Amino acid sequence: MTQKTKIQAEAGKQELVITREFDLPVALLFKAHVVPELVEQWMGTKVLKLESKPHGSWQFETTNPQGEVVFRANGVIHECMPDQKITRTFQMEDSPFDVQLEFLEFEALTDTTSRLTMHQVFRSVALRDQLLQLPFAKGLNWAHDRLQEVVSQLIEH
Amino acid sequence: MNLRRDVFQAIADPTRRAILLLVAAQALPAGAIAANFDTARPTVSKHLQILTECELLKAEPNGREIYYQLNPEKMKEIADFIEPFRQLWEERFNTLEALMKDYSSKSKES
Repeated sequence: MTQKTKIQAEAGKQELVITREFDLPVALLFKAHVVPELVEQWMGTKVLKLESKPHGSWQFETTNPQGEVVFRANGVIHECMPDQKITRTFQMEDSPFDVQLEFLEFEALTDTTSRLTMHQVFRSVALRDQLLQLPFAKGLNWAHDRLQEVVSQLIEH
Repeated sequence: MNLRRDVFQAIADPTRRAILLLVAAQALPAGAIAANFDTARPTVSKHLQILTECELLKAEPNGREIYYQLNPEKMKEIADFIEPFRQLWEERFNTLEALMKDYSSKSKES
């Protein structure tokens, strides 16, 4: 399978850019980012709050199979322009990491395809590089398990 | 010691990045490398030492001089470093795509 997600992380810069083209109309791609029940399924996290509007806020929480909270993050929505743009902050709770700023841009390529560009800005280069190492052992397996779970749910439908 | 983080600290410095680009073309002795920079010679030596310690550079004696060359394996490690993070997003986005295709076909049925 070809890998569609590209990450641009230049050495010495406190930012990174994630791009991905989807075989989806831009409206559906956008919807997947603002409807809590949909975000829950593809992000593999519980959405406690998601107010997709300027001055709105959001909070996600992930629990392990034993029901213990393993991850909680929150932020504020600065801009939310349907099918175009979301500007928001992201911060992990109970972690030493400073908040990051995220610009999500949604673009229609054709009637049935679209592109997402996610620009993340960190407080420092060191912080960006440290955060890049996080999903390794635990996070990656966890994301993979969730993926299989969601896919099997889709098949059952 | 976290070697991976050291590699990133090593390439976070603009002079060290310039040194890596310079020796990518050909192996060079310290003097020839220093000649490319306005910085004092001991400063360049310190940079070379850091790059060698984190294995981005290999120091090979050649006659009376030590030649510095790029270590391609270690450079590859930097590229691979992003890979788990990239895969995490790849998987999330694959799920998103499958989910929304399903969502779209369901809303058409109803």
